[in-house]
Amino acid sequence: MNTAIRRAWIASACIFVLLLGTLTYVQFFDSKDLQANAWNSRTLYESYGSQRGSIVVDGVEVAVSVESNDGYAFQRTYPQADIYAGLTGYFSSIYGATGLESAMDEQLSGNSDAQFYDRIAQMFTGNTAAGASVELTIDGELQQLSYNLLQGHKGSIVALNPKTGEVLAMVSSPSYDPNVLASHNAEPVIAEYAALNEDPDRPLYNRAIAGDTYAPASTFKIIDAVAALESGEYTADSVIPNPQNLSLPNTDVTLPNYLGGNCTARSEATIEWAFAQSCNTPFAQIAMKVGQEQIAQTAQNFGYGQDLSIPLTVSQSVFPTNMEDSQLALASIGQYDVKTTPLQVAMTSAAIANEGVQMKPNLIRSVKSHNLSSLYDFSAEQLRRSTSPAVAHQVRDWMVNSVDHGIAAGASVDGVSVGGKTGTAETGTDTVNSWFTGFAPADDPQVAIAVVYEDVDTTTGSQLSTSAAQQIFEAVLN
Amino acid sequence: MNKASTVSRVDTPRSRRLTELLLTLCAIALCPISMYLIDPDRAVENRMWLQALLVQGVGALILHAVMYLRARYADPFILPLAVALNGLGLAMIYRIDLTTPANAGAMQLMWTGLAMVVSAVVLFFLRDHKILLKVTYISLLASVLLLILPLMPFLGLEINGARIWISVGGRTFQPGELAKITLAIFFAGYLSTHRDLILLAGKKIGPVRLPRFRDMAPMVVAWLISLAVLVFQRDLGSAILFFGIFLVMLYLATGRLTWVALGLLFVVAGGLLAYNYISHVHYRINAWTHAFEPEIYNQPLGGSGQIVQGLFGLASGGLFGRGWGNGRPDLVSYSNSDMIITALGEELGLMGLGAILMLFLLLISRGFRAALGTRDAFGKLLAAGFSALMVIQLFVVIGGVTRLIPLTGLTTPFMSAGGSSLLSNWIIVAILLAISHAARAPHVVEAFDSADSVDYSGSEADGATSVISRITDSTTPQGGRG
Repeated sequence: MNTAIRRAWIASACIFVLLLGTLTYVQFFDSKDLQANAWNSRTLYESYGSQRGSIVVDGVEVAVSVESNDGYAFQRTYPQADIYAGLTGYFSSIYGATGLESAMDEQLSGNSDAQFYDRIAQMFTGNTAAGASVELTIDGELQQLSYNLLQGHKGSIVALNPKTGEVLAMVSSPSYDPNVLASHNAEPVIAEYAALNEDPDRPLYNRAIAGDTYAPASTFKIIDAVAALESGEYTADSVIPNPQNLSLPNTDVTLPNYLGGNCTARSEATIEWAFAQSCNTPFAQIAMKVGQEQIAQTAQNFGYGQDLSIPLTVSQSVFPTNMEDSQLALASIGQYDVKTTPLQVAMTSAAIANEGVQMKPNLIRSVKSHNLSSLYDFSAEQLRRSTSPAVAHQVRDWMVNSVDHGIAAGASVDGVSVGGKTGTAETGTDTVNSWFTGFAPADDPQVAIAVVYEDVDTTTGSQLSTSAAQQIFEAVLN
Repeated sequence: MNKASTVSRVDTPRSRRLTELLLTLCAIALCPISMYLIDPDRAVENRMWLQALLVQGVGALILHAVMYLRARYADPFILPLAVALNGLGLAMIYRIDLTTPANAGAMQLMWTGLAMVVSAVVLFFLRDHKILLKVTYISLLASVLLLILPLMPFLGLEINGARIWISVGGRTFQPGELAKITLAIFFAGYLSTHRDLILLAGKKIGPVRLPRFRDMAPMVVAWLISLAVLVFQRDLGSAILFFGIFLVMLYLATGRLTWVALGLLFVVAGGLLAYNYISHVHYRINAWTHAFEPEIYNQPLGGSGQIVQGLFGLASGGLFGRGWGNGRPDLVSYSNSDMIITALGEELGLMGLGAILMLFLLLISRGFRAALGTRDAFGKLLAAGFSALMVIQLFVVIGGVTRLIPLTGLTTPFMSAGGSSLLSNWIIVAILLAISHAARAPHVVEAFDSADSVDYSGSEADGATSVISRITDSTTPQGGRG
């Protein structure tokens, strides 16, 4: 009988080995797949209930995880809700993460490579992972001001430091309350998400960098001006015919001059004057003369057609190719199929203000692990040289002239040399999108901005955008 | 080889009660420490750790005292192993209470104390385990009664489709847990007395000699009981367990693997029938083979949700586990009873679960060791049978939660929440202790006092190894020390 007992013991030991084997399979080899399984609410609870790092602006948390007792350990909250929604995005257990919650997820959740040793330490100390906090380059007061300026309107404001690329303000209006979407209570989340998605004003888009992109309208004349000078066909002294209407080649369409300015006063004009009054016909002629390749190249030098991550993904701006001259003429004044983002427009002004060097826009000032060691610190990074210093200086002076003596005067600030360019984009309805882009002070630029108000009438829009620019410049410079 | 000194050591085998006491003290500390690790603030606040320490401490001391008085040479490892496993289970049940509506901790602690006391009482009166041989047929009757109880109207209670509980005064109890003890006693008693008849009388069909039906009849009755359990109580786990013990003990008694193979054929045939005609079994098998198909996963009754959630729990634990109190056992249904292994795997990881498995392996090894050491066939069968019982139970539970085999409801010995399970396992501990005492006790040596013919050479007395086992071993062709 002892033989049988021994064999039974050996069989038992074999069963234990088998059980250890299957446990090893489940807990080690198959573990990753099981944890990635869509039904694994554990992963959901863990990632959406984890203590993520905060998103901080000027020392104030704009996204923070607070302790919760609804099955999730933590609840993501957004104390300033709408003001930062376009930047923070939301962190929803149902719809996932957007904005910086998504772009900086590795750091916020504590899963980045840089936090590897923290995770190892946590494994032994038993502490639950706490993510790194992310501080933004945003100027809290400027962001608040920009948000207020857009209240009740659709549109966007972007402010950059032209010398460093730091994003000082970025607002998209209308905004939304990410707190509702981050709720762990499914029904209101689903209802709110459906409502936001069906809203024709598209509040979930951050218009500053994504969304439907805009026609840049006359703000594109900055690029025309650079192209004109770079082509060698024109100088600051060149005089160009300024007809009130320009018949476009091979069509029966005529391109009229902008009626809001003083274009009728002269039948021919320098680029400086045409720029200040935003006359269309001289720029259409410039474009047709230097050719679409030259314009396209200049546009590209300023960032058109380039991918960009700040680290939010920025939609590419588009300058069309293979155009007829008539189409090129329209494209040269930022209409036709030219598409851009407010950030791209602000970057264009920033490059002009910064001696032709375009700095890489960046929202992140620093990333600090939960024990306050620094994982990342902002350092200014040159994105590209957009144009020569000489050309940049010339166009900068034209932009200053446009504020001092032209139709962008609404943005002027006492005692400061401000450069700017307005734009009025026709959208096919009886309202327009009103633009302003510029920088201040011209000799030592502190801020470059782009402002766009959607669906306004021409006069109101122009007042809104230039006045908004003025208030932002004053806020930055004081 | 200094024969004299070896013999003198053998003449006074050590009781090893001090070893047992020290190991038990370590084992007792496991539960309070775990409770503290789970949540220090709450542990201090609710004093559960202190209660666990007191209950397990007093229970273990009583058992220790009874062993000292009545079974001084009992195996020194069985008690600490059982206390350790029981303590870890207590800690996990307490931990699950903290984050779920479950409130099983206090009850489990009470049952722990009660079961340890009952164990001490059994050990006290069971000075010689061979008394149990006299109740062979009473045990069969008791088994039948215990298994029929839940089917009684007014008394029986159906929970989640299985009718294996009885309700007395608002408390539920699983008589089947005790039936596994009485069935093992019956199998051991019957097989040890009828072994020769079963082995030798009977027709030979081809290479296989089959026993006469009349010799096997009581066994068949017992086997039918387990089938009836399956059909009427819809409890697949217990049915597998009962049939498993039947096969293992038949093998232990006869050494005939062919019969085990035949028995397994019956299992396969029975399984196929059950799969086709019993919906409960059908669901279980489907949930096993198609666990990750949405319609099976989402099926509210008999679906694979529990298995899959359990797998997620194990996977989330990974190698090192989330740590005490850091997992999400609240996401797995029955995480403090049938699925406690997944909760332990999630919080203690593969490492912790491996350690727990090692504790179990040691425990069943001590059981087999007692079986090897004791001289009577009944004791051998009973000790080995109880050990095999635990192995089968662990195989069904862990195999079930890891999807090696279909998941069926069975408790994890000593760990799962449930008074009946604890009680029966602690009674098994008492019987194993009694048998191991019989195996190691020195008084038997006297009969061989002048047996100079016994060759002790090569047998380094290791304390836990009894001289008797060596003597009996040397009479079997295989020899060895076990």
